Amino acid sequence: MSWRNIGIVYRKELTDSLRDRRTLISMVVVPIVIMPLMSIGLITLAVVMVGKAEKEVPKVMIVGGEDSPQVVADLKAMKDIDFEPGTLDYAQLISDKKIRAAVDIPPGFDAAVGHGTDATVKIYNYENDLKSGIASAKLQKKLGELKDRTVKDRLVSRSLPANLVDPFEVTTQNVAPPEKVGGAVLGGFLPYFVIILCMTGAMYPAIDLTAGEKERGTIETILCSPVSRTHLVLGKFLMVLTASLCTAILAMTSMGVSFGAVKKYMAVTIISKADNPLNFTIGIKAISAVFLMVLPLAVLFSSALLAIALTAKSYKEAQSYLSPLVIVVVIPAVAALMPGVEINTRMLLIPVLNTSLVCKDIVSGTYHWNNIATIFISSCVYATAALFIAVKLFQREDVLFRT
Amino acid sequence: MIEAERLCKVFQDKKRGEVRAVNDVSFTCKPGQIYGLLGANGAGKTTTLRMLATILEPTDGTARVAGFDLMKDPESVRRNVGFLSTATALYGRLSAFEMVQYFARLHGLDDATIVKRIDALFARLEMTEFRDRRCDKLSTGMKQKVSIARTLVHDPPVMIFDEPTLGLDVMAARTIVQFIRECRNEGKTVIFSTHVMSEVEKLCDQIGIIHGGRLLAEGTLAGLRQDTGLQDLEDIFVKVVEPHMPKEAVA
Repeated sequence: MSWRNIGIVYRKELTDSLRDRRTLISMVVVPIVIMPLMSIGLITLAVVMVGKAEKEVPKVMIVGGEDSPQVVADLKAMKDIDFEPGTLDYAQLISDKKIRAAVDIPPGFDAAVGHGTDATVKIYNYENDLKSGIASAKLQKKLGELKDRTVKDRLVSRSLPANLVDPFEVTTQNVAPPEKVGGAVLGGFLPYFVIILCMTGAMYPAIDLTAGEKERGTIETILCSPVSRTHLVLGKFLMVLTASLCTAILAMTSMGVSFGAVKKYMAVTIISKADNPLNFTIGIKAISAVFLMVLPLAVLFSSALLAIALTAKSYKEAQSYLSPLVIVVVIPAVAALMPGVEINTRMLLIPVLNTSLVCKDIVSGTYHWNNIATIFISSCVYATAALFIAVKLFQREDVLFRT
Repeated sequence: MIEAERLCKVFQDKKRGEVRAVNDVSFTCKPGQIYGLLGANGAGKTTTLRMLATILEPTDGTARVAGFDLMKDPESVRRNVGFLSTATALYGRLSAFEMVQYFARLHGLDDATIVKRIDALFARLEMTEFRDRRCDKLSTGMKQKVSIARTLVHDPPVMIFDEPTLGLDVMAARTIVQFIRECRNEGKTVIFSTHVMSEVEKLCDQIGIIHGGRLLAEGTLAGLRQDTGLQDLEDIFVKVVEPHMPKEAVA
């Protein structure tokens, strides 16, 4: 093994790639500019929208209730709802989003409550609409309070204790540190992004260094130099790996910086600290551990992409082979983000999915060392196999000179 | 010196099955001589030369190039060979200097020697003016010069040219022909393939006529004229090849 030759090839490929616009865009521009803009933009937009929706005073219509002044007065006492006089087209108005909800008080409601007979209050809303949901929740809360008050009044009038219908209370209390709670929600995205970026960052150089060389006619030039094919492919592989890791590291750094800025901005302007979904921190230890776990995966991606692109005759052909692979990687990476998906013995050996899952745990501060070791070793085995295949393919004349 | 011994190359083709691109080809090419491999398209010229440059591995037979067996020591063969063909393109994003420097490094030269060699080569080939220009910004003639510098930077004793003038304009082709002649004058062993008769007549000390992967005739131009009783090289070529062509092709 001549490290000198591998180094010469690597240096040349690095210089060459850094002058290639496509590689530069995927390796530098996308991670530094586009990724943070997209992800943070999306989160900011969501947070701002929710904040705005919560601040809005929803318009709600009271339908009926003419003979029930008590309940109507209680509802109208709510300051965070703007009640409108009832009309018959309330359903249409909700559909048109002119009002957010309507509350239907049946005839004789106050009297029925007073006599202790059955009565049903209906809330009309626009399902899955955020603002309608908020209005509807406010109404439910208020009506719930009225219900509790009625129960209490009835118990008192019969001289019964208040805890007769509410014999004990149930409360839940979070014991996980706040960074773990936040980490579990948004931090789960970190390994996902790192994995996807490792893949996309490796793609263009892998094509350029193999099928691209065939297309430009330089493959024969380099093959007649004394460097062995193994050294040649290893030099190329190192370049692809550099691009892969560089993309992921640049994107994470730039996203980290942008996250910090957005977090500060939001903390003072939009929402309280406790409600801020960005209010979590991922420590250097977790980030380093994630990168360590992703390293063999980056080797796997770089070798596999290099091997596949090598079998293509042209840049375009290689692109058509590699583009669908992004989905092959995205699916297991996303699967790990689904709530409730946790590592089991079967998943331990599924590449990408296992790394994504274990990284999700790491980010939220949980280190299962057995899983970490098994997954790291299995990823290393896959990566070595892929690199071996790439090296072997580079020795085959029918692959190098495919016509 | 090149000594090819019963070189064979078999390819597996999906449609045609087993294809014998080169079949039992033997010849010797001496230092200070130009050996011209003359043949039509698909005759086996490129495959033969690629085997000599160790880009392809022979299915059978071998050759000794500059004293090294290409089956046993392909790396030493490559160290002693300069290979140039129309298919050996340049790295467009590297400058002329970087391109030649890259190959010099791969040949194991140290940085001081590299700079000296490149300076001398660039001066000799009149390339200094575009030394730092990117290869993809060069004219065809300039690119040819960079390729020549690339093949010469390690001063190889054996030069292999595969249809080096294919697709070049008159001026660029003249540069190449002149360069091939200089290589012979410096005492290098030169082999080149072509289907241009005039180039063979102008340059070659020895001629091999190849067809269907077989070397059908070999000798000096005078010798071939004597053997066939014909003067014109094109007539000689047709006379040698015709009996081996399928009947419908001849008709």
